Amino acid sequence: MFVSCDHGGPSATSDFKGFTLLMPAVSVGNVGQLAIDLVISTLDMTKVGYFYTDCLVPMVGNNPYATAEENSVELSINAEVYSLPSKKLVVLQIRSPFIKNKYRPFCQTLLSWVKSSKCARVVLLSSSHAYQRDDEQLLGTPLRYLLTPDLENAVGGLMQELNWKEMEKVAAYPGINDTEKVLHIPGGGITKRLFTE
Amino acid sequence: MATFFGEVVVAPSRAGVDDEESAEEGWEETPEDRDIRRELEKKRYRPREVDVRWTLKSGMRTESSADELFVCSKLILAIGHNAAAFLSSFILDSVCWEVVGAVKLWNEWCRTSSTTNVLPTDSFCLFYRLISDPTVWLCQCSCYVAEDQQFQWLEKVFGCMQKEGLQVTILSTCPVADYKTQESTLTLPSPFLKALKTKEFKEQVCCPLLEQPNIVRDLPAA
Repeated sequence: MFVSCDHGGPSATSDFKGFTLLMPAVSVGNVGQLAIDLVISTLDMTKVGYFYTDCLVPMVGNNPYATAEENSVELSINAEVYSLPSKKLVVLQIRSPFIKNKYRPFCQTLLSWVKSSKCARVVLLSSSHAYQRDDEQLLGTPLRYLLTPDLENAVGGLMQELNWKEMEKVAAYPGINDTEKVLHIPGGGITKRLFTE
Repeated sequence: MATFFGEVVVAPSRAGVDDEESAEEGWEETPEDRDIRRELEKKRYRPREVDVRWTLKSGMRTESSADELFVCSKLILAIGHNAAAFLSSFILDSVCWEVVGAVKLWNEWCRTSSTTNVLPTDSFCLFYRLISDPTVWLCQCSCYVAEDQQFQWLEKVFGCMQKEGLQVTILSTCPVADYKTQESTLTLPSPFLKALKTKEFKEQVCCPLLEQPNIVRDLPAA
């Protein structure tokens, strides 16, 4: 899936040992993808490779982060990987929607790439429909976070200090049975699937 | 729309939601479920398979292996009715070019014609070879290749070709209404030509390069 820019070929796995992988979910308003664009252009990150995948609609264009004539003619495609070794940060940008029935294969391939490239953690930027908020959620910050159990131990304390709010669960069968709660992220694309896997 | 960086937006919503996937949430797949799903996928996907058939005089090829790859130096792909018509009008003729293959496929938008003697209004995908230089190939693809078939098309066609020394040129068209520019569209000299090229292409490009945030999608992008 991952092809390195250094012409290592499809079998080469770049070593991102200890790096944090930052990536977007293709979600409502494209919030995650726009944020990733800003991260890549602000930190002037270097492209290190791309994903050769049949899970995303193909697209190609010229370099969207061009700062001068010389670097404006490099091609960019739908799933590219950028890195900033000084901050141990690797970023995946996804620029097109998923093809029908390809969510699960993509998540599985992505997670096995994360394992083989030895990333320390994955941060997923996502969004959800604002109109789905209940009365309590309409007040205060619209930002939410979710942590996997391993990260809960590592950074749970930091979340408390920052006073961030954890994403609330909703009733699985509203109006019928309010005791069973599930995670519901409408408009979030692969967010829930990636989180649970 | 607030986007500037160029994106593929599928109307009517940008939300990345797959309805079938959401229906499966919270449901653990048993081995029986997995078998049923596989059988259903076989039935669902068989009609969407892309079938590449070569008709070279050296005989029909079934599986490609390293020594059975076609040797091509130049491949020109014309995707869409306009590009296909351009090749028909200015390049192709029955004296210098011979048909060497066809792609058969079906999707909700089109079914490819079953003959190689096609009319301009048909949906077809044909490969031609220059008789005087058999390493020069053309492809006219006027049928719409659906999203889930594009990767398959790519792998099956290029899987039969030797990639070293191969130069691929892709011709396609887009509506001027989709062109994003700060210039006024009233003054745009349409139709106009723009190009995208890879780093490896060292020759002179005959027209300006496509500016950001414009992008190319679907089969030409694949």
